[in-house]
Amino acid sequence: MNKLNILYNGVIKENPVLILLLGTCPALAVTTMAVNGIGMGLATMMVLICSNVVIALLKNVIPDKVRIPGFIVVIAGFVTIVSFLLKAYAPSLDKSLGIFIPLIVVNCIILGRAEMFASRNSVADAALDGVGMGIGFTLALFLMGSIRELLGSGTWMGIVLTAEVIEPMTIFMLAPGGFFVFGCLVALINKLSNGRAIKKKEMGCSACPSAGACGQRKEGGCH
Amino acid sequence: MKELVIILMSLVLVDNFVLAKFLGICPFLGVSKKLDAAVGMSIAVIFVMLLSTAVTYPIYIHLLDPLGLDYLQTIVFILVIAALVQLVEIILKKYVPILHRSLGVYLPLITTNCAVLGVTLLNIDEGYSYVQALVNAIGAGLGFLLAMVLFSGVRRVIEHNDIPTAFKGIPSILIAASILSVSFMGFSGVVDGIFK
Repeated sequence: MNKLNILYNGVIKENPVLILLLGTCPALAVTTMAVNGIGMGLATMMVLICSNVVIALLKNVIPDKVRIPGFIVVIAGFVTIVSFLLKAYAPSLDKSLGIFIPLIVVNCIILGRAEMFASRNSVADAALDGVGMGIGFTLALFLMGSIRELLGSGTWMGIVLTAEVIEPMTIFMLAPGGFFVFGCLVALINKLSNGRAIKKKEMGCSACPSAGACGQRKEGGCH
Repeated sequence: MKELVIILMSLVLVDNFVLAKFLGICPFLGVSKKLDAAVGMSIAVIFVMLLSTAVTYPIYIHLLDPLGLDYLQTIVFILVIAALVQLVEIILKKYVPILHRSLGVYLPLITTNCAVLGVTLLNIDEGYSYVQALVNAIGAGLGFLLAMVLFSGVRRVIEHNDIPTAFKGIPSILIAASILSVSFMGFSGVVDGIFK
């Protein structure tokens, strides 16, 4: 596969958050500020690249039957490393991301990419896929964080923009605002692509990282 | 006793896992299409949450913490949860096939459910006692059940409506979740008002 294609796939064509609708929990929870979105995105990207590389290296060593637990251990190891790095060098970011740092382990994107891509491709391609997906994830979180921060507190990256002119709508910083902004963004992408981008990837077995391990796919899905 | 009721009530109504803390969004959006599937998934989640809290909490307090191994928390917890889910599935398949047919479907999906790992990590972070941790797990599960049941009702209604094309499918579901989340914000302060 063309190297540029892999990157393009991750950032735009199969953007993990806005098109594949994976990793929705962190995408909704930490995007109250643009900075948090970038922080979460970079932390996830680092885990994604490292785990993709290691899993691509080990793809012939891990027996097929225990591959999911094997992937999870590799991912959890890197998540622990990233959480220590954040605690040491960015304690304030670590505090605001809180429980969502250890929860990177169960982020569908990482296990999904390990299962769908890294375990079937070369090390270089897997690393590139990690970079592409990571950038796509970071950009999506940054976009959502920017919208919510601008509407919810009238600032952007901590710089006061509209707070003095327009009364900030605090609800965009709270849970309902997260769902609302995400819904509108997905609708926008639907509109721009004439419904082609997301339609075939509705929530279901194709979007589920456990699809490989779960036998329900043969029986017509889980719902 | 009062403390336990406060933990339970606030997790079900105020700090609802799905609608206020954004944990377990994937099953919330994916499995809430039909009521029976929503209930089945939620019962499986409650069961696994309770079981994994019952196992991970003592492991952390009596093994990892005294030995200074608390940095292994994430790895150990996710492995315990994965192993428990597998074990439960095997036991159900062998001994209670009826239950396996109705709940077993959802079990493999639960390993990667962030609500389950989330509740076990939160129990440690909040410094709960063993009983409080178990109540916390039940409360989180019941809150998940409530959100799933309410939302499957909402989805049945919006499915047959005339929605603008761009909003069909996931966007309309997310907007509906946003409105449901607003209604749960109305509960903020309720628990404090009743018990304090």
